[in-house]
Amino acid sequence: MKYLTLAATTFLATSAYADTPELVVYTYDSFVSDWGPGPVIEKAFEETCECDLKFVGMGDGAALLARLKLEGARSDADVVLGLDTSLIAAAKETGLFEPTSVTADYDLPIAWNDDSFVPYDWGYFAFVHGTDLTPPTNFKALADSDLKIVIQDPRSSTPGLGLLMWVKAAYGDDAPAIWEGLADNVVTVTKGWSEAYGLFLEGEADMVLSYTTSPAYHLIAEEDATKSAAAFDEGHYMQIEVVGKLSGSDQPDLADAFMQFMVSDAAQSVLPTTNWMYPAVIPADGLPKGFETLITPEKALLVPNDAVPALREKALAEWLSALSQ
Amino acid sequence: MAFRPLAISTRTGASAAISVVALVFAALAAVASRAEFGSGLGSADWAAIRFTAMQALLSALISTLLAIPVARALARRRFWGRGVLVTLLGAPFILPVIVAVLGLLAVFGRAGWLNAGLSAIGMPTVSIYGLHGVVLAHVFFNLPLATRLLLQAWHTLPAERFRLAAQLNLTPRAVFLSLEWPMLRQIVPGVAALIFVICLTSFAVALTLGGGPRATTIELAIYQAFRFDFDLSRAALLSLVQLGLAGGAAVLALWIIPSVSLGGGRDRPLRRWDARGGWQRIPDILAIGTGAAFLLLPLCAVVWRGLLGLPATPTSVWLAAGTSIGVALTSVVILLALALPLAGWIASARQGGIEGVGLFGLAASPLMIGTGWFILINPVADPFALALPVTALVNALMGLPFVLRILVPPLRDTVQVYGRLSQSLGLQGWPLWRWVILPRLRPQIGFAAGLTGALSMGDLGVIALFADPDRTTLPLQMYRLMGSYQMEAASGAALILLGLSLGIFWAFDKGGRWHADA
Repeated sequence: MKYLTLAATTFLATSAYADTPELVVYTYDSFVSDWGPGPVIEKAFEETCECDLKFVGMGDGAALLARLKLEGARSDADVVLGLDTSLIAAAKETGLFEPTSVTADYDLPIAWNDDSFVPYDWGYFAFVHGTDLTPPTNFKALADSDLKIVIQDPRSSTPGLGLLMWVKAAYGDDAPAIWEGLADNVVTVTKGWSEAYGLFLEGEADMVLSYTTSPAYHLIAEEDATKSAAAFDEGHYMQIEVVGKLSGSDQPDLADAFMQFMVSDAAQSVLPTTNWMYPAVIPADGLPKGFETLITPEKALLVPNDAVPALREKALAEWLSALSQ
Repeated sequence: MAFRPLAISTRTGASAAISVVALVFAALAAVASRAEFGSGLGSADWAAIRFTAMQALLSALISTLLAIPVARALARRRFWGRGVLVTLLGAPFILPVIVAVLGLLAVFGRAGWLNAGLSAIGMPTVSIYGLHGVVLAHVFFNLPLATRLLLQAWHTLPAERFRLAAQLNLTPRAVFLSLEWPMLRQIVPGVAALIFVICLTSFAVALTLGGGPRATTIELAIYQAFRFDFDLSRAALLSLVQLGLAGGAAVLALWIIPSVSLGGGRDRPLRRWDARGGWQRIPDILAIGTGAAFLLLPLCAVVWRGLLGLPATPTSVWLAAGTSIGVALTSVVILLALALPLAGWIASARQGGIEGVGLFGLAASPLMIGTGWFILINPVADPFALALPVTALVNALMGLPFVLRILVPPLRDTVQVYGRLSQSLGLQGWPLWRWVILPRLRPQIGFAAGLTGALSMGDLGVIALFADPDRTTLPLQMYRLMGSYQMEAASGAALILLGLSLGIFWAFDKGGRWHADA
């Protein structure tokens, strides 16, 4: 009898569950962690959508794209959140993404006119350091200094790829010379952002490649004002994180609603202090207190999305030969 | 005369071997089936292959050679804290890579204790980054493992031999040459091959401590091929190279191993009359002291940081810990089901070459196995639902070569010593295992189960690839914390992981040694 009841309850629960549409969103790991934006956004969106929002976290942006390519059109995902500007060209090439009409009045340093992807947050790459040192003001000064830096490998990490693009965007054909100058400053190269940042916090390097917003984390979450980002006069390379809808989605309307939600105040006001990036649309209440202390680069650098793949290959070869000496 | 010394069924052993090979090659075939062939291996790939082989070879040789004096000293001496030290030998091996690296850097890094000490006394500081750093880290991971494997072998030397040696008043040198050296010749090549294969799949350790792209390993190239280039043909080719190198090492090692039995004893408690006091203690004290310091200092750093981070650790970490324990125990069950028949088959065969099969599971890139099985599973079932079982399976595969290395030598002795008696009594099948093999192998089975459980706890495995949205394992949760700036909470999670892994290891190992003097 007990089993019958159990079976009946399970059955009822399943059928009740089936009435609620489910929206599956693939994203990167840190988005769904306890401190990431995932839990808050899930709760807020579910209050309005009468649906079940399911975040699936996997690795980083590159891992997301690889997963989509493996799954192809059979993917259960409706929405992919967390690809960035350096992956957009490769993502479009898969033909899995659907153009969207969702748009917003973006507060980005550049004009946004992509028809498939909606930006939800963005940041500038920067070298983060302790406030006890006087930072160099550009790559050349960094190369001439004896400061030690730790960076991420562009072959396994998106920030690492960002740095590659940064040097390329700022110096073009002179990039190899910059890298040769930097070679003796690089303590080591890590697999991903977490490893590099961990090494920096342990005192293994004076500076680490991260974001201009990283000091905001230390200031706001840890009340620690000893971290700062170095402002480089060549300009800072941008990373814009985007959300896109898959053509194979069985919930296209819900997917649009979610993407619209991501650029609404409800989501945008959560992102700065959970994802530690700038919101794509500044919410009505403005940026959280503490963000005004961050450096604001005078020049935003970004390689056009469709130029990234070819440039990446060239820059990677230059990087490898400069650092393998 | 077709004489089989012991009636161990080859059928179950062979099917276990076939399953292992099939699991690996099905994954490889799946990856290859989705590949568009065309791109071969470039010069950068060959450089990666050379670097991988060289660092793995150095790491294997140094770990094994250094393990010999440490294991010998531990086998000869009884002292307070020996049991704890022997258990802790399992620790570095099971730590998540990034945690171990941070622990090592706390001691040997630019801002580490060693350099702080050196600059305090006016000496120039040293840099850990480079090939020597890679080897140092791999020795940190594998020296304890090698020591444990050798120690296990030392304990299989029959007590009667040492009694006889004492009666003949043999010098320690003569004891070494007549008793210990023949045993070492049987064990050392296999241990070295195993460590070589472990180091073949190194990625984050080699890159971080190697100090840059010079230290590119095959595994990094595979990762890049899967993640950034989505070049499946290159991924499959590189995986094949990795398997080839491992296969080569296995063949070489098993070919060196002489197939002689050390003879049986009557399982008396071991006493070492040859390990006298006085000046003879000094090398043993040195070996144990240096080994323990090298092992314990980075561990202390991990524990200290973990204690500081423990209050910041969220409840989700404990939930993940529960999942991880489940995965670990499942791995142990799968592993024993594969390893026992396989070990039985290997031990009763005349050639030991089959043991190489076990290495395939370890040599194959976890990313390749995960991706391959993802391609296979995705069309027929929900990969999310299978995330935990597949993780447990892959972790068990990774543990297989260790377990074979642990089980095969004593099983071979059992076969040679008790084979005739068992056969004349008509023992075969389950009763044979029940009455002859299992009781004699209990310490080894306990050790093997403990090692696999701990390894499975600490390994990120393929769970990240299958991404079960509702359940995460502890290592994955730890990486997620790090990715959200929560380095402190991550340290706390690492400590919990270390504690649980050691707990599992200790429980199985202790269970195996219950009432056995080993």
